[in-house]
Amino acid sequence: MEFFRIQRDIPFMRYALTFNVISAATFLLAVIFLAVRGLNLGVDFVGGTVIEVTYGHAVDFNRVRSALDKLGLGEYSAQSFGRSDTALIRLPLKEGVSSAQSSERVMTQLKLDDPSATQQRVEFVGPQVGRELYENGALALLLVSLGIAGYLALRFEWRFAVAAIVANLHDIIIILGFFAIFQWEFSLPVLAAILAVLGYSVNESVVIADRIRENFRKMRKASVTHVIDNAITVTISRTIITHGMTLLMVLSILFFGGETLHYFALALSIGICFGIYSSVLVMAPLVRWMGVSREDLVKPEKKRGPEGEKILP
Amino acid sequence: MNRYSLWKYIVIAVALLVGLVYTLPNFFPEVPAVQVSSTKAKIDNALLGTVEDALKSANVDYRGAALDATGIKVRLADPDTQLKAKDVLQTKLGDNYIVALNLLSSSPQWLTAIGALPMYLGLDLRGGVHFLLQVDMKAALEKAGDRYTTDIRSLLRSEKVQYGGVAREAGNVAMRFKDAVERNKARAAIEKNYPDLVVREADAGGELRLLASLKPEAQKRIQEGAVAQNIKILRNRVNELGVAEPIIQQQGAERVVVQLPGVQDTARAKDILGRTASLEIRMVNEDPGALEAAQAGNVPFGSDLYRDRNGVPSLVRKQVVIPGERVIDAQPGFDSRTNEAIVSVTLDGTGGRIVRDISRENIGKGMAILLVEKNKTELITAPKIRDELGSKFQISGQMSSRETNDIALLMRAGALAAPMEIVEERTVGPSLGRENIDKGFDSVTYGFIVLAIFMCAYYLLMGVISTIALAVNLLLLVAILSMLQATLTLPGIAAIALTLGMAIDANVLINERIREELRWGATPHAALTAGYERAWGTILDSNITTLIAGIALFLFGSGPVRGFAVVHCLGIMTSMFSAVFVSRGLVALVYGSRKRLERISIGQVWKPTVPGAAAPAVPAKAGSPSR
Repeated sequence: MEFFRIQRDIPFMRYALTFNVISAATFLLAVIFLAVRGLNLGVDFVGGTVIEVTYGHAVDFNRVRSALDKLGLGEYSAQSFGRSDTALIRLPLKEGVSSAQSSERVMTQLKLDDPSATQQRVEFVGPQVGRELYENGALALLLVSLGIAGYLALRFEWRFAVAAIVANLHDIIIILGFFAIFQWEFSLPVLAAILAVLGYSVNESVVIADRIRENFRKMRKASVTHVIDNAITVTISRTIITHGMTLLMVLSILFFGGETLHYFALALSIGICFGIYSSVLVMAPLVRWMGVSREDLVKPEKKRGPEGEKILP
Repeated sequence: MNRYSLWKYIVIAVALLVGLVYTLPNFFPEVPAVQVSSTKAKIDNALLGTVEDALKSANVDYRGAALDATGIKVRLADPDTQLKAKDVLQTKLGDNYIVALNLLSSSPQWLTAIGALPMYLGLDLRGGVHFLLQVDMKAALEKAGDRYTTDIRSLLRSEKVQYGGVAREAGNVAMRFKDAVERNKARAAIEKNYPDLVVREADAGGELRLLASLKPEAQKRIQEGAVAQNIKILRNRVNELGVAEPIIQQQGAERVVVQLPGVQDTARAKDILGRTASLEIRMVNEDPGALEAAQAGNVPFGSDLYRDRNGVPSLVRKQVVIPGERVIDAQPGFDSRTNEAIVSVTLDGTGGRIVRDISRENIGKGMAILLVEKNKTELITAPKIRDELGSKFQISGQMSSRETNDIALLMRAGALAAPMEIVEERTVGPSLGRENIDKGFDSVTYGFIVLAIFMCAYYLLMGVISTIALAVNLLLLVAILSMLQATLTLPGIAAIALTLGMAIDANVLINERIREELRWGATPHAALTAGYERAWGTILDSNITTLIAGIALFLFGSGPVRGFAVVHCLGIMTSMFSAVFVSRGLVALVYGSRKRLERISIGQVWKPTVPGAAAPAVPAKAGSPSR
């Protein structure tokens, strides 16, 4: 079996401008949504209480709400969670009321109303912890970006580092954009997924950068555009197959992993799909525009002939 | 050409063997068990005998009892007998022992003996309670400030310094004086007696004043002490809950994590963690013959019989002479003259007066110090009064420094050193935990199956080899997680699935590279060699970037996310080993011995029909093209 029967190098770079416009537009759209609607931050980041309750039957939300209304909790929300017999109740932080008290009051009230109510899970995050988790998350994102950029700069060249980071942050912003558009809940696992995507989709950029360098060494007559086109073309089958495989695993989490991992898997899926796009069609044109040349990459091996195609250090 | 040296096969075989052994315990189901432990009494073979006898005489059918570092564990047939055994043992052993319900792996003894345990499941998988408590440091410092205010006042009085007033003032102790001579006297006295304080002159409104404040290092010590003491108290309280493997740890400078696996009744857990105990000082009943009568079961009216930790009985009068609130501090130390381990106790002014009167009348008699916690009274110590006591006195008498430490801690345990507040809570019920395990397991299994089918269909034999390498990766990952006893959470299981999806990247990279080499005319052997070698640099690069992300997640993540990071990082390492080393070993096993290799079973190698198209410059080694 061979899915990729490519006759000639695909002239990716010829359409670079078009792709860049598309990327810029999606990027901008994501930024606009992030700015206007913002992220729907979960309790992990803003603080509050989440209670998951199962009933012996399908949840009657009107009854649940009328029971909860008696408690005067402020702006709570009660929604179904994954299954029809499960309700998720969110309570905002309230000055002077500890988590212990509010979750217990809710459970007592619900049990009074319907004895089949069982508490499955309680999550309470205080305002300070929420803020710290948020700051740590942002810090982790920054550190990963810098770490990866630093490594790529060391291993390849600064242009690759910059291009790879721009391409990957573009992915991240788009994932965040999706979360802003659909107001999906942004929780700690989602943040983990985003960081994992950052580490993962850089792989793609690394593979292509590796090929570009190798090609510069071997295709001594070819133009920069040709070198890049060829590098992308010969790696495209690998790119699509590996991403397909990873996506397969992630979809398996999405379908079988349950509600808790839902948004985590969703973030990963979006990240993987855009990862392919960005490393091929964002990173490579950027590298070209920043003016990468043969001399930048093959200096140390310059004296070797075409046969000196030693494996990368 | 593609042979592998013997030592490499040996490395692979050893890795596989170790992997298998350490993965094995995960396949044995868990059985209900009862665990006996104690922070007070000794756990030894004698106790094991008592436990077995108690179970036998109560006709509880148990499946074996064993003694290990954490206590005695008794395996039982089902949850009903488990509950029965717990009741039997708790009644038999009394309050000095904690009898907790637990689940134990039913894996054979030899596996446990070599440290092969099942993976350590996080609270989101096994169910339980997680609390993050914040210690109120400001309150701890305020308490210290209050104490110093009282101390300075009595110091100035005893040094006969004329002062206008001593009061707390925004974290400092402020003193007013009539003239500079008195002020200097006061300053000298404070500096001599309280090295933790820094004193400075701060005249205001024509008044001569001194301000005393805590040195930064003393503040730090007080805060550290407050956290340590709170942890100790929490530990005592958690023991009462009967949790098999509680975790109570300091996190950062001012937080404490409490994890109680298997606890369902969060309300009770919160209640017990948040409760306050109190200290009582009472007199020992020294009427002749009374103690003997009490030991014989005839406790005189108005007295209680208690035993201290060493089992020494004391008959204590019910009347409380000094309530716990009067005790300001208790510190372990050494007597400067005799070099004996002591506990120095500080009472407040009123307490000092009471103890002075009482001690004067009762020299030679015993004074009992008790810790009362929710209808449960514990005798800490009952020393004899040797002399007239004041607001500061010592407890001494052939104690080891460990004993004095314990006594001081227990005396202070009357109340938390500083109030605590729950700043994070995560509770998961056991059925949800079970469900999470199943769902996580399903996503790994189904994902793996589809992936394996695709790899085998697309790359034929090379795909089978890749799949085997991936299975080895899974095996090693589970083995390492079991070995390290790293906490596995639901995101951790997701990380296993994700890691497998990413790990296959290395094999796809290699296989595609081999196809490509074949496409451009390399001999099969050359293509295999080049495929592995050329792909290696890329695999390394991409794994390192993934690792950077994983490590950052580990450093900054908390709870379940950290679980994700751990699995992710470990998975990357095992995948490098299995995808490159193991799969290459398999390839060598299959193809290495053949001198003339006609073709590799790697699926169709399609060649462009247009000459010179999409070609890299030079194939690995010129040779006859292969189909």
